[in-house]
Amino acid sequence: MPVVRAPSLPRMASPSTHLEFDAERVREIARRWSDRDGGLLPALLEINDRFGHVDARAVPILAEALNRSRAEVHGVLSFYHDLRTEPPARHTVALCQGEACQAVGATRLLAEIRQAGLDDHDVQVAPVYCLGNCALGPCALVDGELVARLDRTQLIGCLS
Amino acid sequence: MRTNPRDQGTPARSESTTVMLEIDGIPISVPAGTSVMRAAAIAGTPIPKLCATDSLEAFGSCRLCLIEIAGRRGTPASCTTPVETGMQVRTRTQRLQRLRRAVMELYISDHPLDCLTCAANGDCELQDMAGAVGLREVRYASSGASHLDLSTDASNPYFSFDPSKCIVCSRCVRACEEQQGTFALTIQGRGFASTVAASANERFIDSECVSCGACVQACPTATLMEKSVISMGQPAREVKTTCAYCGVGCGFVAEIQGDQVVRMRPDRDGKANHGHSCVKGRFAWGYATHRDRVLEPMIRDSISEPWRKVSWDAAIAHAASEFRRIITEHGRGAVGGITSSRCTNEETFLMQKLVRAAFGNNNTDTCARVCHSPTGYGLKTAFGTSAGTQDFDSVAAADVIMVVGANPTDAHPVFASRLRRRLREGARLIVLDPRRIDLVRSPHIEAAHHLRLRPGTNVALMNALAHVVATEELIDVDFVRERCDQTEFQRWLAFVGHADNAPETTAAITGVPASAVRAAARLYASGGRAAIYYGLGVTEHSQGTTMVMAMANLAMATGNLGRPGVGINPLRGQNNVQGACDMGSFPHELSGYRHVSDSTARAAFAEAWGVELEPEPGLRIPNMLDAALEGSFRGIYIQGEDIAQSDPNTQHVTAALAAMECVVVQDLFLNETASYAHVFLPGASFLEKDGTFTNAERRISRVRRAIPPLAGMADWEVTVALSNALGHSMHYAHPSEIMDEIARLTPSYRGVSYAALEEHGSLQWPCDEAAPSGTPVMHADGFVRGKGRFMITRYVPTEERTGPRFPLLLTTGRILSQYNVGAQSRRTDNVVWHEEDVLEIHPHDAENRGIRDGAMVSLASRSGETALRAHITDRVQPGVVYTTFHHPETGANVVTTEHSDWATNCPEYKVTAVEVRPTNRWSRWQVESESRRRQRDQIIEPST
Repeated sequence: MPVVRAPSLPRMASPSTHLEFDAERVREIARRWSDRDGGLLPALLEINDRFGHVDARAVPILAEALNRSRAEVHGVLSFYHDLRTEPPARHTVALCQGEACQAVGATRLLAEIRQAGLDDHDVQVAPVYCLGNCALGPCALVDGELVARLDRTQLIGCLS
Repeated sequence: MRTNPRDQGTPARSESTTVMLEIDGIPISVPAGTSVMRAAAIAGTPIPKLCATDSLEAFGSCRLCLIEIAGRRGTPASCTTPVETGMQVRTRTQRLQRLRRAVMELYISDHPLDCLTCAANGDCELQDMAGAVGLREVRYASSGASHLDLSTDASNPYFSFDPSKCIVCSRCVRACEEQQGTFALTIQGRGFASTVAASANERFIDSECVSCGACVQACPTATLMEKSVISMGQPAREVKTTCAYCGVGCGFVAEIQGDQVVRMRPDRDGKANHGHSCVKGRFAWGYATHRDRVLEPMIRDSISEPWRKVSWDAAIAHAASEFRRIITEHGRGAVGGITSSRCTNEETFLMQKLVRAAFGNNNTDTCARVCHSPTGYGLKTAFGTSAGTQDFDSVAAADVIMVVGANPTDAHPVFASRLRRRLREGARLIVLDPRRIDLVRSPHIEAAHHLRLRPGTNVALMNALAHVVATEELIDVDFVRERCDQTEFQRWLAFVGHADNAPETTAAITGVPASAVRAAARLYASGGRAAIYYGLGVTEHSQGTTMVMAMANLAMATGNLGRPGVGINPLRGQNNVQGACDMGSFPHELSGYRHVSDSTARAAFAEAWGVELEPEPGLRIPNMLDAALEGSFRGIYIQGEDIAQSDPNTQHVTAALAAMECVVVQDLFLNETASYAHVFLPGASFLEKDGTFTNAERRISRVRRAIPPLAGMADWEVTVALSNALGHSMHYAHPSEIMDEIARLTPSYRGVSYAALEEHGSLQWPCDEAAPSGTPVMHADGFVRGKGRFMITRYVPTEERTGPRFPLLLTTGRILSQYNVGAQSRRTDNVVWHEEDVLEIHPHDAENRGIRDGAMVSLASRSGETALRAHITDRVQPGVVYTTFHHPETGANVVTTEHSDWATNCPEYKVTAVEVRPTNRWSRWQVESESRRRQRDQIIEPST
């Protein structure tokens, strides 16, 4: 199975490597981004990556460090699906539902995964729209890794 | 379209080049950069809109304002499309009508159809637009996804947030950001799930919201709605007036039903506030009809007796006979009066007239004594006028802003919003304050330099800044040569250039590192147009006047005077401090700041009033109190001021009041001073009378009667009655006649009349033949006194020193939701934000004393002791504690001392040596004053 890492997206550490919430660590990350224009989004991504999600307690810390309001941090945080506010399931699957993947069975695959009961607290499945790998569909990001030419068996294998 | 016909959708542009275009066949010429939407509104063919309003930049989200442009494809939004020469715009084609109807249909498919029972019924832009676009049906099934089940957040005392009615136009979010600058609101989520949220989806009351109400005003639906309108309904009439809280003097429109105010709407034509307001002005007016209002005159023979309600005639006759008796027994000098900075110019003028003409002495003073008297003295000495140099609009042209001893976000919030907007545009900020005020760092703004000095060392720090300017060749040589007295300048140069004033030397005094002082001085002197804004942190010191002069020196030396964007600007604490000073309230000055020894000025008054005036200055407030304790001062008329709470060393004040034979208090409420009064005359709130206030930028604005005086008489009528009873006849049919007399007798007000105010909206003095439309920026072509005068400003430490018994320094101030002694704001729902005064103490000092956050502590000085709760914060520096003086139960001024400014006796509120320790009980003073209040409140109902 060809497995390609997506360089432009932050790597999703698996839940086992996620850190427990640590205010000092959040502050340290936020400060590192504080002197850059638009530093809020990369700071949120880094926290999301490091802790698996952005804890509500991180919001005022980010706001203070970046000299933004809590409202602004919350606005950005709530806008992006990739930024989670709850700890992730053991596995996350972002299954492409773009046109090219749909044409090679991605819609059916999503329905099958859901039917198979895979979409529970262990595995979180969410549709995404185009991962830029259209020639090799159906594609998905499985725990942050881009996986191509996917079918149900492969996906289950991938998750176990 | 019925929605505010004057809302032109997007803000005005001021470019000098104009663009010609045609809209719906109407030729129109507008400044370049204007939106098509605004141009269409000006042309008289307004375009339907929801997310656009001209107080906010265009956003382009509602898709209702689509237009067609000849020669172009598509239907762009008119709010985000700037005009171009020769553009031919159509706003009403069939295609556009169809599109708009479809957009409206989608909005309405997710909106409750409860218009008839909705609080915004009759004042709803969504309703208006549905009408304007001709919406006739909604074809989408109500079974679809919707927001109709979202629940209302009613946590804010003044407005509710009902997201089921929200159309997510972002007007509230943008108002909070652009207008107020708090950034407390956001759109959370995305797509159909988008909703408005306060902070991180918190209740409004728990969020960063400061309750200014800009979002409520911006909301085109009933989503954000005043609770007063929800409970009372839409207003039936409007009266334009001026806010009675701080010295910003915001213009308001009182919206009224019968004799009840329904809503206070900041006036978009208000030149001080341009349609913005704060929580106090917009919402905290409930005190005007609070049950504590005393509506009948009362008298008593001694302060240990209960009050007896009497008629106005009886009360005035009693007061007059007491004053006459005291004058007969103890001489003319045994009585006096205190005017109020909360009353109108007309009332204040009459008060000092009563003292000078009916009492026959100059024993008149005003509460400006205890706030900005050093401003008057200092600026008059330097420039020749006792007032700030700029209008508020000037801040929008400043490149460097120096805020000295002022906390505008709390005390002058509407000006703070304009200041912060300028900072977000790139102006740089220098803050001189012992405390880390919000301006030092809050969302999107950060001071370039915070010079965190020790309380009481202002002058040393300002001299150090001047030293850097003088020794690093940062002086504006041309300005100084042309505009200032050279001899004085050379003397000053030698003085500030001395090594004593070098930042390296002063650092030991001020606690501010020399490098920070040098950097701040360089920025102020060479960063472009530099403006100084200052508050009571400058004036309320033993060297208050010296500090005002030191700032004047710095501004003159760097040429930062006489044009927009620069200047020296006092932020006046109360609504009419400037006016009260202008009106001759001080014992040494007649109106327009002419000394009582000036025989020409005196002669004019003598002729107008038909009495001879005393050529010697009378007693200042502290002199009156001292004289009372000595027995030579026995009767006082106090209008709208509560010296027993607001003046320093409370126990000294109350002992003096208790020693007097006749204390007449005229106020809305039985205040602390009324505990010592023999006659109580009910006052009228600003909603109940006509008059004018003069704000911090010398702007004279009308106060208009919105409802009848609840006690039957406006304050000016009471003063007239008292004067007549004392034998000095006064006759005015209307306050406009008092203003006419003021204008005749006061050079800087010569061109002011109610007719002129009606015509101009408001006027900034000097307003005379030379400047019939007033004077926004002073000293443009030269200083009023001729040459600007540099003064030697040697730093002299205060006598108030810390020591083993009192090792900490107390400094006092205010917070956003409360105002001054709190007589008004404590009687509103603003108490949800601040129900008691708390003592801010640094973690280090708290730990040394075993004080926990929220614990009760005793605060004691050489003057007295009180108890309050501690709040541990590093906002204050180690060794410094801070509290507010809003609550009489705390009585912060029982602790403050009688040290005062050398020139004006302005009290040194900002520096008191204190000790703080844990306690579990109220101080003895607090227990006693509680029982005094109970006694004060005893009233015998008249038997019928």
